[in-house]
Amino acid sequence: MEKLIFEKSVAGRKGRYLPPLDIPASLIEEMLPAGISRKEAPLLPELTEAEVVRHYTRLSRLNYGVDTGFYPLGSCTMKYNPKINEDAANLPGFSKIHPYQPVDSVQGALELMARTQQYLAEISGMEAVTLQPAAGAHGELTGILLIMAYHTAKGDLQRNKVIVPDSSHGTNPATAALAGCEIIQIPSNEKGGVDLEALRAVVGEDTAALMLTNPSTLGLFETQIKEIAEIVHGAGGLLYYDGANMNAIMGYSRPGDMGFDVVHFNLHKTFATPHGGGGPGSGPVGVKAALEPFLPKPVIKYNPQTQQYLLDEERPQSIGRVKAFYGNFGVAVKAFTYMLMLGGEGLKEASEKAVLNANYLMKLLTEHYELPYAGPCKHEFVVTPRNSQQTGVHTLDIAKRLIDYGFHPPTIYFPLMVEEALMVEPTETENKETLDEFAAAMAAIAREAQENAELLHTAPHQTPVSRLDETQAARKPVLRWRAK
Amino acid sequence: MYPENLRYTKEHEWILVEGKKGIVGITEYAQDSLGDVVFVELPEIGKKLKVGEGLGVVESVKAVSDIYSPCSGIVTAVNESLLDNPELLNQDPYGEGWLIEMEVEELDSELLTSAEYEDFVAGEE
Repeated sequence: MEKLIFEKSVAGRKGRYLPPLDIPASLIEEMLPAGISRKEAPLLPELTEAEVVRHYTRLSRLNYGVDTGFYPLGSCTMKYNPKINEDAANLPGFSKIHPYQPVDSVQGALELMARTQQYLAEISGMEAVTLQPAAGAHGELTGILLIMAYHTAKGDLQRNKVIVPDSSHGTNPATAALAGCEIIQIPSNEKGGVDLEALRAVVGEDTAALMLTNPSTLGLFETQIKEIAEIVHGAGGLLYYDGANMNAIMGYSRPGDMGFDVVHFNLHKTFATPHGGGGPGSGPVGVKAALEPFLPKPVIKYNPQTQQYLLDEERPQSIGRVKAFYGNFGVAVKAFTYMLMLGGEGLKEASEKAVLNANYLMKLLTEHYELPYAGPCKHEFVVTPRNSQQTGVHTLDIAKRLIDYGFHPPTIYFPLMVEEALMVEPTETENKETLDEFAAAMAAIAREAQENAELLHTAPHQTPVSRLDETQAARKPVLRWRAK
Repeated sequence: MYPENLRYTKEHEWILVEGKKGIVGITEYAQDSLGDVVFVELPEIGKKLKVGEGLGVVESVKAVSDIYSPCSGIVTAVNESLLDNPELLNQDPYGEGWLIEMEVEELDSELLTSAEYEDFVAGEE
């Protein structure tokens, strides 16, 4: 295993030598007030430049990302991020501007934001979009705050309950709690959809909203969406669409047409911008016209007389700013580039291939794994190990063993409603060969589970460190290196 | 696995009732499903709880789960040793891994006996 850079330090070793001092020297004690200069030198590592470069290059080779291999992390849409997006985001007109610049000097950036909002509105069937939220969960919070502002403006102060199906993203109930709402969880029916009777039983005059993830975390499309919308709207509540799984439906169906009032997008998932350590994210929120007055300010407007974009701060009903300046602008540039590169037909094809890839892989995997909710699936699916009671091989063991086969493991133990869940999302950017290789590795692991369970319990074997003691790490975390 | 002197909830809590006093914990099935527990959050002494109200949180390597009260009443003691040694919940869920002690007002009307709970758990698997 590679040592820490501190452990490689040798006293007196240097990477740079400063030139001789050619001005009069001053003592630091004379330049600073007494008591604020430190008495001991900081414990910085001492190495040559070559040692530092080799250390970090070696570490970087241990990294695993979408640029190195298949990354089927369910619910995260780890698709390949085209490099042209980076080129666009690095253009000086986007990367060398400052948020305090006069608006007439950043018209291109404002136009890009306005057009990104317009495209997202078109894709989702919404009437207005804000780019401010920093990522998905932040978008959710913004959306629920918009819904609460809407009810408050109507004098409906008693509406504080948010209904969340048990197949939704875990962030949905967390969002509602953070917004000060009470959460009502309703069960799924046997097909993995919303239990309509349970929904009817809980809606009423205190219903603020229903939050729905569609397709759900089981990768299933909610087919009763019209009835669900009627029930919630009938009770005076609004519908919130968790758009994290938008990659399954682009160009085929739109949350706005399904009756939803608010939706958030994850630009970093659906629209191919780096995330998962490569971030940041971006979580724009789209709304129907009735909620537009409450959007975070400033709002980007176009003045046809002056032919200029402007930032409108005069928004008396706005919930206020939710992020410094205008959101994670660079991510919007990358997402905008991606949308232009693919076009409407291309985005539709991306969704089609994402769904096709998921169904193909699901079919291959069900030869050796159980499928708790029968497909066809959308962009992702959930399988569980076969006979895990008899073999003693659990989902965690399978995930760890996959690392030995050179794949990033899928999402595990989520959704919570499926025990031993393995949640697989291949995305549209993988070819058939990769899917076949992954399925072959999963089949080999299923055989190993029958023949040599111990091999899986102790996996991974090909990595610099083997099975980490996650329990000990959580119970007694060591958060920093200390000199002995 | 499920002592006969305890009563159980469908959310996998147990309660030992002795007169007005009740001791609450989670079951063997619960600790086994959760996996290694790494953090336990307990209520403050003196807190009033309703039947089914969240009394605390158990975090394992797999998931974070709410613990629900099997009775109404007032919290009279909490197992502080769990804060430093959450593994007690895994090692001894009916003994050293108890969660809280309560002054019981009213028990959940749907508590299960040991046999009923065992049947219920068999259905879950």
